Amino acid sequence: MRIPLSWLAESVDLPVGASADSVMAELVKIGLEEEGKHSFSLTGPIVVGQVLEFVEEDASNGKTIRWCQVRVAPVGEKAADGGADVRGIVCGAKNFMPGDKVVVTLPGAVLPGDFKIAARSTYGHISDGMIASGRELGLNDDHDGILRLAQIGLDPKVGTNALELLSLDDEAAEVNVTPDRGYCFSIRGIAREYSHATKAEFRDPAGNVHVERAHGFELNIADQAPIRGKDGVSKFVLRVVRNVDATKPTPAFMVSRLKLAGMRSISLIVDITNYVMLELGQPIHAYDLEKLNGGLNVRRAHSGETLKTLDGQLRNLSQEDLVIADGSGTIGLAGVMGGESTEVSKSTTSVLIESANFDGVSIARSARRHKLPSEASKRFERGVDPQVAENAAARVVQLLEVHASGVADSLGAYFDHVAQAARIWLPIDFAEQVTGVHYSANQITQTLLEIGCVFEEADGALQVSPPSWRPDLKHKTDLVEEIARIIGFDQIPARLPVAPPGRGLTPRQKRKRAIAETLASTGHSEVLNYPFVSDATNAVFGIGSTPVVLANAMQEDLNQMRLSLLPGLLETAKRNLSRGLTDLGIFEIGSVFASVATPQEISLPSALSRPSAAEIAKLEASLPVQPLKLGALFVGDRVQAQLGRKSTGASYVDAMQAANLAARAVGATLRFEQASIEFMHPGRAAHIYAAQDSGSKKLDTLVGLVGELHPELAIEGDLPRQVAVLEIDLDKLFAAAPHQVSAESISTYPAATQDLSLVVAQEVAAAELLATVRDASGELLESIALVDDYRGSNIPAGMKSITFALRFRANDRTLTQAEASEARDNAVSAAHVAYGATIRA
Amino acid sequence: MSSENQISEQSVNQAVSDALALIASAVDLDSLRAVRSAAIGESSAIAKLNAALATTANDQKAAAGKLVGQARAQLNQAFSSAEEQFYAVAAAAKLAAEAVDMSAVINTIPVGGRHPLSLLQDEISDVFVGMGWQIAEGPELESEWFNFDALNFDADHPARAMQDTFFVEPASAHLVLRTHTSPVQIRSMLERELPIYVLCPGRVFRTDELDATHTPVFHQVEGLAIDKGLTMADLKGTLEHFAKIMFGEEAKIRLRPSFFPFTEPSAELDVWHPGAKGGARWVEWGGCGMVNPNVLLACGIDPEVHSGFAFGMGIERTLMFRNDVKDMRDMVEGDVRFTQHFGMVL
Repeated sequence: MRIPLSWLAESVDLPVGASADSVMAELVKIGLEEEGKHSFSLTGPIVVGQVLEFVEEDASNGKTIRWCQVRVAPVGEKAADGGADVRGIVCGAKNFMPGDKVVVTLPGAVLPGDFKIAARSTYGHISDGMIASGRELGLNDDHDGILRLAQIGLDPKVGTNALELLSLDDEAAEVNVTPDRGYCFSIRGIAREYSHATKAEFRDPAGNVHVERAHGFELNIADQAPIRGKDGVSKFVLRVVRNVDATKPTPAFMVSRLKLAGMRSISLIVDITNYVMLELGQPIHAYDLEKLNGGLNVRRAHSGETLKTLDGQLRNLSQEDLVIADGSGTIGLAGVMGGESTEVSKSTTSVLIESANFDGVSIARSARRHKLPSEASKRFERGVDPQVAENAAARVVQLLEVHASGVADSLGAYFDHVAQAARIWLPIDFAEQVTGVHYSANQITQTLLEIGCVFEEADGALQVSPPSWRPDLKHKTDLVEEIARIIGFDQIPARLPVAPPGRGLTPRQKRKRAIAETLASTGHSEVLNYPFVSDATNAVFGIGSTPVVLANAMQEDLNQMRLSLLPGLLETAKRNLSRGLTDLGIFEIGSVFASVATPQEISLPSALSRPSAAEIAKLEASLPVQPLKLGALFVGDRVQAQLGRKSTGASYVDAMQAANLAARAVGATLRFEQASIEFMHPGRAAHIYAAQDSGSKKLDTLVGLVGELHPELAIEGDLPRQVAVLEIDLDKLFAAAPHQVSAESISTYPAATQDLSLVVAQEVAAAELLATVRDASGELLESIALVDDYRGSNIPAGMKSITFALRFRANDRTLTQAEASEARDNAVSAAHVAYGATIRA
Repeated sequence: MSSENQISEQSVNQAVSDALALIASAVDLDSLRAVRSAAIGESSAIAKLNAALATTANDQKAAAGKLVGQARAQLNQAFSSAEEQFYAVAAAAKLAAEAVDMSAVINTIPVGGRHPLSLLQDEISDVFVGMGWQIAEGPELESEWFNFDALNFDADHPARAMQDTFFVEPASAHLVLRTHTSPVQIRSMLERELPIYVLCPGRVFRTDELDATHTPVFHQVEGLAIDKGLTMADLKGTLEHFAKIMFGEEAKIRLRPSFFPFTEPSAELDVWHPGAKGGARWVEWGGCGMVNPNVLLACGIDPEVHSGFAFGMGIERTLMFRNDVKDMRDMVEGDVRFTQHFGMVL
């Protein structure tokens, strides 16, 4: 809401020298946040001048200019800039005659955009100032010619300060109005708040006008389909003004105030309705009475009805839309926008004024349905004072009388179904219970009176009736907020509450953090990618899952939620590469989203009380599954070339290592199984299993995948051919992680180490062979490591030699070489049986 | 027995001088070891003289023994001294050969780092865990009931339309990307035993175009306390403590009246940031208030018995003014330089 200061000052006293800044500084204290200030950005001397005579001259550039003599001060007096009373000014406009009074910006004046006026040489003359247009003054968009003061109904004395005359020296403060304070969308409401902030006396502008109730105009109000049980109309006031001269100019002060308030001056009648809306917060609609066909009906629209609104749009109405209709059909979308057929114009002479109160929900729905957020709908949505409707109508009548020579008619209508606001029971000590501040009974009652409440006192409590303009005051805590903010939040003391003894982070939170810290400290950079992807991307990376689709994606092609972290990592890698960062090891921990089989239609439970367990379960079941994942990507060099060292290219090895680092961070053990995954390299992809304590492979959980992206996919994504990736479902990994680790006894007897080379077919997976050797070696085997995979001379074609380093140790004695050899031989036999393995000769 | 093996002062002196000459001829450990046998070993002159002691007449044995013994001691001493010297030289040469330029840093573990937004969430979580609070989490894709209805955003509440919400198809499923972490507060109140002191960090979504100060995907941290007798003073005390830990002992907070559907009274929260770039100043930090009784009712908590406060702030915004991040895009684009600059520390 923008507040022209001169307007505000009519309802509350401003201190001498008040500025937009000082007004905003006061308003922010009571909860109206400052948004900015607005002014015409004009500096004088800018005065009223009179064109005495002019000569038209053809300039060399083909233009015709007028060389004018302009009187800028009464005869014999000095002009406002100290110069002569008559000036020679070059003017390009043609819309004036000798004798016309105009606005002259004299040397020294500054116009918006830091446009400094000075005597300057142009078209062969010294132009000693400028004759201004409406646009140059910031008054309107009129740039067809200069502003003739007669055109706006003014005939001031030559030399008059034009800034004062046209109210161009005013400025406006702009504050943000929160949704609960609809009344602050008016000068009336803001003045009240300013009074709360400064204790300056508030003078209600609604009380400045003589209210007369008119009757006799046919009005039928019947809401055949109230929304949520509430009638669409609670108040409807109609007044008629005849003999209006709609061609009259809007007075300068009104143009200036509308402009500063952010509204354009349109025509006198429309300007007056807008002016009253800004002043009192009551949206007003004006009909051309002659264009009306009989009386007015207020009702819900019928099926199939249409309406051409003032903006020229033909709208299909919903049966939920509240409309105004006459004998011809619908003529307005109540509280949102009027219809074209009954619009006021320059030829309007009889005006029907509508000042009504509509249900906020009904108006909000219509405004949203028709995408028509208007100044009127904004106010109704947040609540308009139902008791100001008559005053506002009377104020319009008054302004039409004063500025459009209108004559008030006794014809009109009055409908009042305003429900009495419920009283609020406020125990005197309740405010202290909420804020921790001890308020005296006097402070509380004084504050309630200040905001317009009336109350009765009984037994340490108040029965409070909130004022008509405060539909937001429904509960005793609403009253506490008023008391707290008006007496001041700075009165609230600080006290640190003591929570019950805590339990620290949950195991899941600790594990998540351990993984992130481990990866970060071992050369992986964490990234946080947007979860929005295209359907094509999900089709590639989210095989077998149903994606979640957004109804209002910001980018049409990114309208699905990710099924995998990999696309985001690829996108981020690409961005880094484009910035010359070619060696990357990045990871993300985040959710992916998979739709439940068929999104179900669900009716939300009431929020008036706790939903039943069944209702909560139903809500939970409606949610897509959102597993927490770890994703990582490697590209370029993993270790860069350095003094005496060659670089190491990133490969599946790094992804595998990252997987193991993550698993180790939470105490889990992984197993990798060669796999065929569509988007992965056919020979460099594995499924990751988290091993269970039991050691049985069948119980291992599939937790993710690792390897290298299919090179074609990498190249398609503008990345190098070799991109290593990893994705692990963290909740599945955590499920396989120990809650607590038991110690193993450490044998201090000497170890016996042996190397074992086995020749097997190349298809045999090293991990499988290792498992067989490990299991068959028995209890004496302390550790086993895969140390070589050799293929070539001395090894038959199609075979490979796999070498393990074995370390044997007993818990209770020094092992003999014979015992170690026996264990080894058992392993060899088992490997032979399982894979036809033989010892390498 | 030949005459050269006769033990005499002359023969012993000769043997000593010959042996010393051999030792002196050595230039390093290897050549010294090569002359060992000839100088002091079995085949050396002195060894032969020593052997001759056995055949020396008894009356001369003592004198001859002394003569040979002294000579042997002298030679052994000379040899080991030479050996030690050469050993030291060899050791020094090896060390010299092993010297490297220690100013040149070799890094085989690449540089990594936590994302500063994650670090900040963890740091804030630790502050509250230290106060005995629990960290609560919830789904990012939420039912409208948790995101709006239960938070006193009526279906027709203007604030609901102001949230710039991402909706999920079909509308009848009533699913949204959560617009704040407040649904986690609702879940906490439904699931946990009273009293409740929880902090809810997490990712949230609003349909704002990405620019220097906005992003459609961002992070919040919200706090919720429900207990008997909590007042705005408790809210203020908690926020003040939090502010001092985040911004230093000189930090203080200020509340300004505002509106949120889920709190009443509601306030905007400003923090006095003593370390602000360009001088200490008030910075808008977040929103807060006393939990609206309607919210308590929706969670089955009796507002006549329990009361509570809630607060929330943007992690991005906090990082921007705390760590002088100038552009929102730096936090969302995943440029590894941004993350690696912070490393593991904020």
